Amino acid sequence: MNFSEPCRLSGLLGRISPDGRCLASCVQYRLIVRDASTLQILQLYTCLDQIQYVEWSSDSLFILCAMYKRGIVQVWSLEQPDWHCKIDEGSAGLVASCWSPDGRHILNTTEFHLRITVWSLCTKSVSYIKYPKACQQGIAFTKDGRYMAVAERRDCKDFVSLFVCSDWQLLRHFDTETQDLFGIEWAPNGCVLAVWDTCLEYKILLYSLDGRLLSTYRAYEWFLGIKSIAWSPSSQFLAIGSYDEKVRILNHVTWKKIAEFEHPATVANTKTVVYKEVEKPSAVEMERLSFPPTRALASTLFSTQSKYDISQVPVSFQYIKPVADRANPKMGIGMLAFSPDNCFLATKNDNIPNAVWIWDIQKLKLSVVLEQLCAIQSFQWDPRQPRLAVCTGNSKVYLWSPAGCVSVQVPVEGDFQIVSLCWHPSGDSMALLSKENFCMCYLEREEVK
Amino acid sequence: MGDWKTVTVPVLSSDSKNIFQYTSEKKISPPSMNSQVLRLPLPSSKSMHSFFSAFCTEENIEQSISYLNRELTTLGFPSIYVEPKGKELNLISIINCMNELLVQQHKNLRAQEEVEMQHLKLGSDMDHLQNSYAKLKEQLELSKREIVGLQERDRQLQSKNRNLHQLLKNEKDEVQKLQNIISSRATQYNHDMKRKEREYNKLKERLHQLVMNKKDKKIAMEVLNYVGRADGKRGAWRTDKTEARNEEEMYKVLLSDYEQRQKQLLVENAELKKVLQQMKKEIISLLPPQKQKPKERSEDGPVLSDLEEDIGELNKENMWELSCETVREQLTNSIRKQWRMLKNHVEKLDNQVSRVHLRALDDKDVISREDHELETEKLELEIQQCKEMIKTQQQLLQQQLMSPCDDDTTLLLQDCYLLEERERLQEEWRLFREQKKNFEKERRSFTEAAIRLGLERKAFEEDRGAWLKQQFLSMSTDHKHSENVTTSSAFLGSSDQDGRLLNSTSQQRKPHCTLSGPVSAEPCQTSQYISRNSSNAASKKPAGDSKPNQWEESDEGEIE
Repeated sequence: MNFSEPCRLSGLLGRISPDGRCLASCVQYRLIVRDASTLQILQLYTCLDQIQYVEWSSDSLFILCAMYKRGIVQVWSLEQPDWHCKIDEGSAGLVASCWSPDGRHILNTTEFHLRITVWSLCTKSVSYIKYPKACQQGIAFTKDGRYMAVAERRDCKDFVSLFVCSDWQLLRHFDTETQDLFGIEWAPNGCVLAVWDTCLEYKILLYSLDGRLLSTYRAYEWFLGIKSIAWSPSSQFLAIGSYDEKVRILNHVTWKKIAEFEHPATVANTKTVVYKEVEKPSAVEMERLSFPPTRALASTLFSTQSKYDISQVPVSFQYIKPVADRANPKMGIGMLAFSPDNCFLATKNDNIPNAVWIWDIQKLKLSVVLEQLCAIQSFQWDPRQPRLAVCTGNSKVYLWSPAGCVSVQVPVEGDFQIVSLCWHPSGDSMALLSKENFCMCYLEREEVK
Repeated sequence: MGDWKTVTVPVLSSDSKNIFQYTSEKKISPPSMNSQVLRLPLPSSKSMHSFFSAFCTEENIEQSISYLNRELTTLGFPSIYVEPKGKELNLISIINCMNELLVQQHKNLRAQEEVEMQHLKLGSDMDHLQNSYAKLKEQLELSKREIVGLQERDRQLQSKNRNLHQLLKNEKDEVQKLQNIISSRATQYNHDMKRKEREYNKLKERLHQLVMNKKDKKIAMEVLNYVGRADGKRGAWRTDKTEARNEEEMYKVLLSDYEQRQKQLLVENAELKKVLQQMKKEIISLLPPQKQKPKERSEDGPVLSDLEEDIGELNKENMWELSCETVREQLTNSIRKQWRMLKNHVEKLDNQVSRVHLRALDDKDVISREDHELETEKLELEIQQCKEMIKTQQQLLQQQLMSPCDDDTTLLLQDCYLLEERERLQEEWRLFREQKKNFEKERRSFTEAAIRLGLERKAFEEDRGAWLKQQFLSMSTDHKHSENVTTSSAFLGSSDQDGRLLNSTSQQRKPHCTLSGPVSAEPCQTSQYISRNSSNAASKKPAGDSKPNQWEESDEGEIE
């Protein structure tokens, strides 16, 4: 495992291009495009304001930079560095911006979610989508980029509009039986749209591509409902994480629950492997000590090595009960992710913030629990194989695969609190992002076997 | 005799009064005697002496004797006087009476002892019963108190239970109430939200209008040059055609997805059906041993026949190609049935095994094993005996076959064989005789035929002779031939005939002879001889004479 030198970053805006060749990072108002393998600066663009959002186009030829305060979106071309494009929303304001799947249209959501404007880079046409819903995931594109689903709200009722991305023609428009639509997500096969309600109601609706309601699922009433959902890559399963610390798996044939995964504070199943991160004291050679202490020495002194130990079941985890009178409590299943081969599901129970639960989908059983020393910040699966990278806000990156798990200290001077990570599409490297810096981690092919 | 209250003397003379006085005195004197009812009066010898002397003194001997006599007679004893109203005392009777009295006394004492013993026993029993009664009473008291206590507890628990039930009900009611509150609050909240949202929407609309109306030139896109489309095509207008095309494409996408899923499901289904069929076959193959048990035959019989029918049916049709419900149901039902049967079978086997296990632990098992061993021994003995028998029989057989050394046996055997042979011979003789008869018949018929033939030939010869004669005569008138005189007596006619035949055209005769074909070859030959001889006779007359004779004889000889 190799690590690159850390580079500056702001706003956690580090993105690897879809073709994997370049890496875009933002420092304040500058957009730096680097080569993904060498981190050599390829291009440098300057925007008008502090960049709040960066996104690559699907063909990796363009990058958009959104500046919400100014309401401007600037698009840069990699092929032609001289080419420029600026979209100014003016007084309409800008809240969100994103590419269309064909990489030639930009969808801007104006302030107060008044409308979504579709700007085209090819033609002079502009389209408007009215009454978009102000929710977390209001726009969803199918994986093949053909269709777009937009959540709308008119007259206190929720609707979903399906558009054909090629010509932005309205295909279907139907209302949903939700109280307050919270999010929509397409299944990877592009034929089913999952629509779920606000956390006050546990309700998830499944619509077919042609707008028919396929099924409704309600697990319980009154208690806080769905927190997060994830589709399996084969579209066979839909995992729903809810505030009652359970994950429910629905199957695509009957849309009925086939499994319920609990996340209790004590794990007693003998077949579950629990990896516990323990600190091991770092050995410092006494001769090396010098005054004033060098940076390297300082870092080695202050950084602690850690390794994984296998804990004997039954194991108890640190359980946190959130304050009852606050909204959006830190409880329930906050993170869900399927592995790309559809064999594993990684979840995080916000009540047990230090643990990552890995479930074996083939057996529908809990397979592994990773217990960390610090709270989990994020985890992501390798896009090619069942390998999970976890970061917990310290300068270590943790990798788990069915063969075992390893904790790697990033050899960076000073503070490097990894808050986010993202994998390279090839699965050979990943970008580790912290508030101030980022670094690339290059994995060898035969790593962690 | 004093202190016996049981003895009452109903009528007493004055003497008895004295006696009673004495006796009453006696009553007072030894207080120890009066103290207890049951105490036996066993005074010492001295007191006895005085006691006895008090009854009879020298003055009242006769009275006492008479009194004694009266007492004794009333008691059933014989009189102590020799004669009634006499004065002589019968000493023997006195002694007897005394003895009798002593014996009675002893008896009475024993009886008294017994009675007293019983009395004591009863007393102790009484004590015992009283004690137990007291104890039982105590126990009863205790248990009553316990019962009361338990009842009290029971009451308390019941009341607790009721309280808890009540609490539970209260809690449930509260929960229900809270739920109602929540729902009402939720509706209220929703209503409020809607209201606020409507207001917000109005604001948004207003804002939107303002924004749009402002015609902000700023809302624009500056681009250096427009980029080509990603797929290189040119943009198209949105028309109805495109709409329809989009719809079509959408449905195509959906359909392809469904088809793919259906294919997967079909494949899975087919696999599962195969597995089920295999399972069914295996289960059936496991089940047939049950058919041998007669008990279960009745149960399994109709079911198995059904199963066999099912198998036959389902195997005939390619069932993995049929997906109709009935076939599926049939398959699953049949598998369920068989699985149940198999399960029962396994359970029975388990029970048997456990029973065998249990039996192995009993003592009875030892005996049964012994029995088993005995039986096996017996069987072995039998087997040995049988083997020996077989051996001896084999030996005997061999002896018989190889060399019969014993004369008797050989004679016997021979006799047997002779008998057989005789019978066979008789049979053959019979057959032979029959055949002989048949042959004789045939022979006779042949001879008859031959005789007839001979006769016929004779007749024929005579005719021929006559005809020859005529011919010859007719011819001899011309030449004056000498007649054949020397002819045998028997064959005169024939020699004449021969003479005549000398010149006859033998050819004429030949056909005549040949025409009489049915006759045996001999006459033909004879006719040929005749023709030849006739020709010879024509040339050599004298020779002809002898020759015909010879010929005739030979002919006859031949005929014989």
